Amino acid sequence: MVDQSLAGPAGMMARPAGDRSGRALLALAALAAGLVAVALFSLASGASDASALGVLRHWFSGAPADALSARDRVIIHDIRLPRVIMGVLVGAALAVSGAVMQGLFRNPLADPGLVGVSAGAGLGAVSVIVLGTTSLAPLTALLGPAALPLAAFCGGLAATLILYRVATRQGRTSVATMLLAGIALAALAMALTGMLIFIADDRQLRDLTFWQLGSLAGATWQKIAAAGAVILPALAAMPFLARGLNALALGEATAAHLGVPVQRLKYAAILCVSAAVGAAVAVSGGIGFVGIVVPHLLRLAIGPDNRYLLPGSALLGAALLLLADAFSRTIVAPAELPIGIVTAAIGGPFFLWILLRRRGIVDL
Amino acid sequence: MIELRDVSVAIGAKRIVSGIELEARPGEVAAIVGPNGSGKSTLLKALSGDLAYGGRIAINGREAAAMKPAEAAAVRAVLPQAATLAFPFTVREIVRLGLVGGRSGALAGEAERLPERALARVDLEGYAGRFYQELSGGEQQRVQLARVLCQVWAPVLDGRPRYLLLDEPVSSLDIRHQLMVMDVARDFAARGGGVVAILHDLNLAAMYADRIHAMHNGKLAAAGTPGEVLNDALIEKVFGCRLKVGALPAGGAPFVLPQSIVSH
Repeated sequence: MVDQSLAGPAGMMARPAGDRSGRALLALAALAAGLVAVALFSLASGASDASALGVLRHWFSGAPADALSARDRVIIHDIRLPRVIMGVLVGAALAVSGAVMQGLFRNPLADPGLVGVSAGAGLGAVSVIVLGTTSLAPLTALLGPAALPLAAFCGGLAATLILYRVATRQGRTSVATMLLAGIALAALAMALTGMLIFIADDRQLRDLTFWQLGSLAGATWQKIAAAGAVILPALAAMPFLARGLNALALGEATAAHLGVPVQRLKYAAILCVSAAVGAAVAVSGGIGFVGIVVPHLLRLAIGPDNRYLLPGSALLGAALLLLADAFSRTIVAPAELPIGIVTAAIGGPFFLWILLRRRGIVDL
Repeated sequence: MIELRDVSVAIGAKRIVSGIELEARPGEVAAIVGPNGSGKSTLLKALSGDLAYGGRIAINGREAAAMKPAEAAAVRAVLPQAATLAFPFTVREIVRLGLVGGRSGALAGEAERLPERALARVDLEGYAGRFYQELSGGEQQRVQLARVLCQVWAPVLDGRPRYLLLDEPVSSLDIRHQLMVMDVARDFAARGGGVVAILHDLNLAAMYADRIHAMHNGKLAAAGTPGEVLNDALIEKVFGCRLKVGALPAGGAPFVLPQSIVSH
């Protein structure tokens, strides 16, 4: 396109003022490298003493598998590796969903956890956990392991659609309405979830409590397959939304004037966000604030251009979630802290900081 | 050519605009004037595809309502009255959004650094690296114009004229930049494009427009050259204000001064 001539390596040096794409590409490369490093660190750390160096050496030297003890092999292949992959999937899904929602609502405070999308997905998931053996039994029998992520997706989709309907009138989204509607939706979803918990039996209760706090502990290859089948296509689709979301920053009318099929863009964005959040919530429970912290940090560094913000959010979201998980696994070892507590403890103050810095954006 | 035939627009149950006949020809600047609430912006919104309308609006012979967003974006660009921004984009990033549709029509030599060229065109050279949100209202308005110019950089593409639809393009500008922006519009028309602009300044309309369309209560009160449209009777009828329309000695172009108000 226009600055094709700037795309070459020589052009990287001479980008015109106000063009932050060179910096953004560098940041993406750094983030990718950082994610690899964090993933290796995460593989090598944990309550067990499966030796970090031993693992890395095994990884890189291609030494025969029996170079590791059988116990270490189980720990790495069946516990830590699925957990790392799940962390990457969930972190990327939540962070990119946050960035897309912020673009869609044209506000940096939109976050799936904050405005009830995660709560809606949670309600869907809890329904399957609690009612899966009774009133929803035909459904779970039909869908098998896909029932949980699918129910979470439907719950998230319903919440997002209601939210958009309520908060957007004639192409303008009211932030105050969005946040308040999100609170109402979350409260409603929580109430229904509470009712389900009330009728749950003891075994279900234990599952539910841990799941609600958010955790990557239950990662299995089967869950990864179910979540990945939803999250990966959603992640792959989102870069195609980037240009449209950029134009949307000027308002829906102007985006349409620029040639963006706004209605289609909005539905695609809502679908992707609901799918990714639904799948993430289904496998990892309520992990909050990733979607708001990650895009905000990235915007400070590389600007709001979604062509770089979305892939950057995926990388940084994955890396931050792995770090939070490593922290939650080791801080009270050999027990472990639910990761949702860690992200909320970091995210809550961070959210307040954004509010203090930019009070104007809420404008109640 | 842009042709409006018996166009009406209703918002909810309320009919804002009705019975509008209007032609905007390539090579010409068409001004829409009228008091607040007379339906100017509503009409422009129907023309830009924001509002559903009754009647017929054809752009280069194609019904506007039947055009996909990308098709419409290739034949017309729209300057909004005001634009607020949610995220800290730089000026260059905003102007570059004009290229989203990929139909700027810039020549190979021009394509390079088109945002910079467009910014220079609106007297904002050197502003590319600034943050949009930190600019004054008038500067923001000119950044938006630069973005709009990028979208239809070539006034004629594939042998077909393209159009600028401008909603109060000079509303927050100082006098120098008012003239400059009107010159940009004039120049766009001179190179084969068409311009439809809502203007409040009757003198700028008289100076720059080939045709003036005066709206009153959602209807077209008068249309024609500035000399035909701007007269004492029309000003009193449309604006409810008894002003004496003057005429420049050279050429007889009309002008209206607030000082000419006739006291009762």
